[in-house]
Amino acid sequence: MKFGIIVFPGSNCDRDVLWVTEGLLNQPTRMVWHEDSQLSDLDVIVIPGGFSYGDYLRCGAIARFSPALQATIQHAEQGKPVLGICNGFQVLTEAGLLPGALVRNRDLHFICDRVPLRVERTNLLWTQAYQPGEIITLPIAHGEGCYYADPETLAALEAKGQVVFRYSETSNGQGVAENPNGSLNHIAGICNSRGNVLGMMPHPERAADAMLGSTDGLRLFAGILAQVAAIA
Amino acid sequence: MVHHYHAQIYVTLRPSVLDPAGTAVQSGLSHLGYDTVEQVRIGKYIELTLRAENETAAHEQVDRMCDQLLANPVVENYRFDLKEIALSVGVTP
Repeated sequence: MKFGIIVFPGSNCDRDVLWVTEGLLNQPTRMVWHEDSQLSDLDVIVIPGGFSYGDYLRCGAIARFSPALQATIQHAEQGKPVLGICNGFQVLTEAGLLPGALVRNRDLHFICDRVPLRVERTNLLWTQAYQPGEIITLPIAHGEGCYYADPETLAALEAKGQVVFRYSETSNGQGVAENPNGSLNHIAGICNSRGNVLGMMPHPERAADAMLGSTDGLRLFAGILAQVAAIA
Repeated sequence: MVHHYHAQIYVTLRPSVLDPAGTAVQSGLSHLGYDTVEQVRIGKYIELTLRAENETAAHEQVDRMCDQLLANPVVENYRFDLKEIALSVGVTP
């Protein structure tokens, strides 16, 4: 399976994703410069974290006009998998591939931490390697990660099961539910109604190599590998 | 004939969206003794100049720009003022 990683000026997690898909999972992976519009050779597109185009105007606002992102929209419309991580999630909402928006964190701080997340849905291409309701721990690193949508959109997301990851209490059930950034309904990641496009603020690629302390994120990539291979 | 216009665009957070930065600034004003301030909301101000056939066309252009890029309608509202200007004022021919 061939992965493509979109690289905008200002992307900074692109090579971490490359390390996971190519280095750990041995899959052919192509770094796609933002001016490239030929993506038809790719099975899976990842929009990595960072500060695309300096996050000028709004996070992700300029990136959506790039040729690579226009081609990513076509890729998504064909039902093929797209993953947006952190800034990539912001880009996907700005591009209209996912509903809602990511706004300034409730407490204004840039948060760099590891947080527990509940996997709300495991019948997706992306999350089938997790157990329903499983609590995993992934790093977050963002200043604008507070998920917002109007009440109707939020209700529709919940009704259709499009909330994929939610900030959670820790696995031992101790303590109150954590919500680091003020996201509505504790939302950390959502998918589109079709389920092929996933956006999430936490960084699965930073929790993929055992040498770095956690492999909770690796199963996201390994899961889609198994799933897409089974379809093909 | 082509006319030139100056647009002053105000982008504000929709009332339903929390503005933590505004709240922090309000707290700062309160520390300065301005405890009469009841609410602070922070937005963006954008100026641009453009060419158009007439004011109606200019208005339509700016409205589309705001809708498509300058504001994110999911979380922001916008309004703008439009004024015809002479070419020589701050406009590169």
